[in-house]
Amino acid sequence: MARFAVRRLASMVAVMFAISILTFLLFQVLPNSDPSTRLAGRTASPTQIAKIRSDWGFDKPIYVQYIKTMGKILNGTVTSYQQQLPVEDQIRQDLPTTLSLAIGAGVIWLALGILFGVLSAWRAGRWLDRGLTVLSLVGVSMPVFFLGAVLSYYIGDKARILPAGDYVALTSDPWQWFKHMLMPWFALSVLFIGVYSRILRSTILDTINDDYVRTARAKGLSERQVMIRHVLRNSLIPIVSLWGLDFASVLGGGAILTETVFNLHGVGQYAAQSVEGLDIPPVLVITMFGAFAVVLLSAVVDIVYAALDPRIRL
Amino acid sequence: MSPGAHLLEVSNLKVSFQTEEGVVRAVDGVSFALEQGEVVAIVGESGSGKSVTAMTLLGLTRSPNASFEGSAQLEGKELITASEEQLREIRGGEIAMIFQDPMSSLDPVYRIGSQIVEQIVAHDFQVSKSEAMERAIALMDRVGIPRARERVRSYPHEFSGGMRQRVMIAMALSCSPKVLIADEPTTALDVTIQAQILDELRTLRKETDAGIILVTHDLGVVADIADRIVVMYAGRVVEQGTLDEIFYNPQHPYTWGLLGSITRVDRDTTGLLPSIPGTPPSLVSPPAGCHFRPRCPHAFDRCTDVPALEAHLPETPQHVDRCWLSAMQKRDLRQVGDRIGLAADEPVIA
Ligand SMILES: Nc1ncnc2c1ncn2[C@@H]1O[C@H](COP(=O)(O)OP(=O)(O)OP(=O)(O)O)[C@@H](O)[C@H]1O
Ligand code: SF4
Ligand SMILES: [Mg+2]
Repeated sequence: MARFAVRRLASMVAVMFAISILTFLLFQVLPNSDPSTRLAGRTASPTQIAKIRSDWGFDKPIYVQYIKTMGKILNGTVTSYQQQLPVEDQIRQDLPTTLSLAIGAGVIWLALGILFGVLSAWRAGRWLDRGLTVLSLVGVSMPVFFLGAVLSYYIGDKARILPAGDYVALTSDPWQWFKHMLMPWFALSVLFIGVYSRILRSTILDTINDDYVRTARAKGLSERQVMIRHVLRNSLIPIVSLWGLDFASVLGGGAILTETVFNLHGVGQYAAQSVEGLDIPPVLVITMFGAFAVVLLSAVVDIVYAALDPRIRL
Repeated sequence: MSPGAHLLEVSNLKVSFQTEEGVVRAVDGVSFALEQGEVVAIVGESGSGKSVTAMTLLGLTRSPNASFEGSAQLEGKELITASEEQLREIRGGEIAMIFQDPMSSLDPVYRIGSQIVEQIVAHDFQVSKSEAMERAIALMDRVGIPRARERVRSYPHEFSGGMRQRVMIAMALSCSPKVLIADEPTTALDVTIQAQILDELRTLRKETDAGIILVTHDLGVVADIADRIVVMYAGRVVEQGTLDEIFYNPQHPYTWGLLGSITRVDRDTTGLLPSIPGTPPSLVSPPAGCHFRPRCPHAFDRCTDVPALEAHLPETPQHVDRCWLSAMQKRDLRQVGDRIGLAADEPVIA
């Protein structure tokens, strides 16, 4: 375990370092005007521009620039080109939205993916299985921007069953928060539900033929015990580790489309707007944090995976 | 003997599976009996229906595409038509089974101890978890697993194949079954480990009064452990008798072939291992009459009818076989030089 932690930490640092260099290079290669001028804003005096230039080290060799930039990201003193506002403040403000979306959707797609996968495997070949197969195919082939637009138009604007967009903080009104999140959750989950239920179905149907399942039956366990303790327990291993990675990728930028379609003002939408305006500093910071979240979560996934499957040595 | 007098009695058992290629008659009329404290070996080549026979006794072959005929009774209790709940109690409780591949027969995600405990608890609702664990440790100790108290906390992948098979045996013994079925318990193991596991079974045989069914494709394995031998070919019993009858007075040409291909340590057979030429028939469309006919060098015109499984030697009425040859012909034909074999001109596999 200790060896694993050290190894894992070293690789995380290496990955983060590589990502930081790549994102930092954005500053350098993107065709853009002088970053100091843009950071200073439209009404800046030459002294202000000069100060920014020396703060960020734009007049120094590239490695000094890199170090200064990273220092600023870690201090939380990066400001955006467009509004000259601290990027970290904006992220702090948008993060609850993104977390609400990702966590809620993650729970939903895991729960429904497992439910439909189990039902499908249990009824393999029967009409319920066929129905779920068709449904998951539809779900998998439905892009978020299309599904999201259709949902928010018909259920939100026309039928007015649920709010068509925007975010209400959980702390200000939990019920409204829930109602506002329901459609975004659904739109984001559908694809994953389809994929997970298919994967789980086939894993279960493979596992059922494994020798240790036959042993479990021969021991005199009830069919329920055989299915839950042995078949399902083993079939969930790949699903749970997949979930960790997908959840990380949703946090790391996979929910941008959903946030934008439902106008949730999450971190993803902030990133999307910044990219649109070639506003490099927020992109830089968000990419770094996103990458960090993914790297951290994948380490957690490894730990959980090892806990679920004793054959994996940490 | 009246029915019900035996510990286990299988009569005219038939198992077939509906498949895309047609109906597979995996077991086509198998009968044998097992008494307390007795070891009956079921021997035959791969695909002869040994595992299907064994698993059917526990209802493990039940599926929508399987159909069953005949009967199998444990102390008069019918197994073939038993309800799922009755079966659940019989499985692991009255009839326990050890499978061929110990590497894959234990669930990889649970500790050894808790897998044994799981079976104990499934049959004994009174027992506490810790008592069950003590029993598991005692069982592991009994089947020769060193440092059992520590090893209960190991996972299957931390055990060697031989040790895992010992765990399977411990598990099978956990509820003192009346019948123990071992389906090729040594086939997947190294030769030295094979001998150890067989020793373990031999000890077991002395210590318990359970009836043991030992399934194997190697007559050599059963030579000094079985009381009686059931020889199966393509879903049918072709010969059945005591160990001595089968080894010293075999009646069916297929048995001769099996005997001729035993690897024997006491005879130098290096490079001279005759095997039975040809392959077993398809179980979807087997040859008419005697199933062994296409591979039998002694076949004659009568063999297109199915021979009955009956005794041909008045002095040993329990020794039955399924062959049209007369007892005298058999005595002459089975002699290949100084030993028993299928035919004088049998090809030799180098
Ligand atoms: N569920 C099933 N569906 C269709 N065919 C089956 C099924 N189970 C077994 N069979 C077939 O029944 C035949 C007998 O199989 P069985 O496993 O009993 O052979 P065996 O004598 O144990 O051989 P081996 O030495 O290979 O274990 C085989 O041809 C097999 O393909
Ligand atoms: S019945 Fe005929 S074919 Fe079958 S084993 Fe006897 S001699 Fe050979
Ligand atoms: Mg078999």
